[in-house]
Amino acid sequence: MKLFKFFKSFLLLDFLKAFFLAQKYFFQKKATINYPFEKGKLSPRFRGEHALRRYPSGEERCIGCKLCEAVCPAQAITIETQPRDDGTRRTLRYDIDMVKCIYCGLCEESCPVDAIVQGPNFEFTTETRKELYYTKEKLLENGDKWETVIAENLEADAKYR
Amino acid sequence: MFNLFQTYTFDLLSIVFYCLLIFIPLLLGVVLALYADRKIWAAVQKRKGPNVVGPFGLLQVPADGLKFIFKEIILPDGSDKTVFLVAPIITLALSIAAWAVVPVQAGVVLANINVGILYIFAISSLGVYGILMAGWSSNSKYPFFGALRSAAQMVSYEVSIGFVIVTVLMCVGSLNLTEIVMAQKNIWFFIPLFPMFIVFFISALAETNRPPFDLPEAESELVAGYQTEYSGMPFVLFMFGEYINILLMCAMTTILFLGGWLPPVDIFPLNELPGFVWFLLKVTLVFYMFAMVKAFVPRYRYDQLMRLGWKVFLPLSLLAVVMTSSILFFFNLAPGM
Repeated sequence: MKLFKFFKSFLLLDFLKAFFLAQKYFFQKKATINYPFEKGKLSPRFRGEHALRRYPSGEERCIGCKLCEAVCPAQAITIETQPRDDGTRRTLRYDIDMVKCIYCGLCEESCPVDAIVQGPNFEFTTETRKELYYTKEKLLENGDKWETVIAENLEADAKYR
Repeated sequence: MFNLFQTYTFDLLSIVFYCLLIFIPLLLGVVLALYADRKIWAAVQKRKGPNVVGPFGLLQVPADGLKFIFKEIILPDGSDKTVFLVAPIITLALSIAAWAVVPVQAGVVLANINVGILYIFAISSLGVYGILMAGWSSNSKYPFFGALRSAAQMVSYEVSIGFVIVTVLMCVGSLNLTEIVMAQKNIWFFIPLFPMFIVFFISALAETNRPPFDLPEAESELVAGYQTEYSGMPFVLFMFGEYINILLMCAMTTILFLGGWLPPVDIFPLNELPGFVWFLLKVTLVFYMFAMVKAFVPRYRYDQLMRLGWKVFLPLSLLAVVMTSSILFFFNLAPGM
């Protein structure tokens, strides 16, 4: 056994094997994608940038129940509400501190009306910290911008919820 | 005074010309070697490697170089500033100087001296000074440890490299690099001296601080070893010196064992190619092996490195010297006898 081991190390058998293995990998298809030009596939459950959705009529979904604010483990959400003239409760402010947010998705799960969702967008870097304090306007704008994709994703994931 | 100037102008200009003649191809070679190194390493790991700057990412290395030129040269407060700045220059100058005697084709060599191999051996032994100076003058822990390791490692493997070279020289009967190549006209030395070829290759890896023997700059323990405190141009000089040394070792392997500029078989289409093409092809092949080894061998532990150098390679190469000389003596094959 010792002799066998001696010859094995002396003839560099391990290294030869490793060389041919490396050579095999050398010609295999690359795992890299050219990121900014081509992007990897995202799951419908992907938890990216937040968005506030609207009903098809244009009415905002959020009813100001503050469940998301309560469940948020990072306490990144701040909500102020007031009854509107027609008697329904709506948010005055809906702020998310994207710096605090840990992208856990609990707000989306707690929402009874599917108003706050986390969309597929993960490219929202900014140059200042201030731009990451999202307001209601910004979130609604995101919702309008990504509505098609978000609706599709919710549809695809609905049967697992 | 004017006459004196006139007399030496031509000499001076020709010296400058020869310096550039060796420096510019080397610079190009280093750029390509760095690029190839990164590409091969990436390919083995199923990555793409540099592919954004320029066609196929070929301009990545010049771009990196440009970036380094514009970076600040930081002189650590406690460092010995003169030695600190001289160290990279010494490393680079020595690695380029060694190339003066390397023949790329029959007769195409800057200095065809009779003791070419001794000269290269001497110059590459001096290379350790640049690293020691860098490590010591940085006045910092990691560079110091890196330099100590590097010095011990280079000295250890130089011994076995020396014996391997002696074996080859006994088969040639000359210290001239051109004659070493010409002696391989019938058979390249890597066939009869195959174990020595392997020993030389592995020792060359250790000599140039390449993975798996890159302990002097093992980032997991020593940050960047003796280069830790360097930035900007001095760092580039170190990098260049290192890669020129690697290319030199590839060229040495080619000359000593792979028949230099000789074609594999001396038949019509092959021997029509100019010699330096064969030389470059062989150097590329050896460099490919250098890069592949980097990709698939994990780093050695320091005691394993020393064990390999002193307890395996040294006895092995000594045995080879004795065996080869005995065989050459008893069968009357020794040249010049």
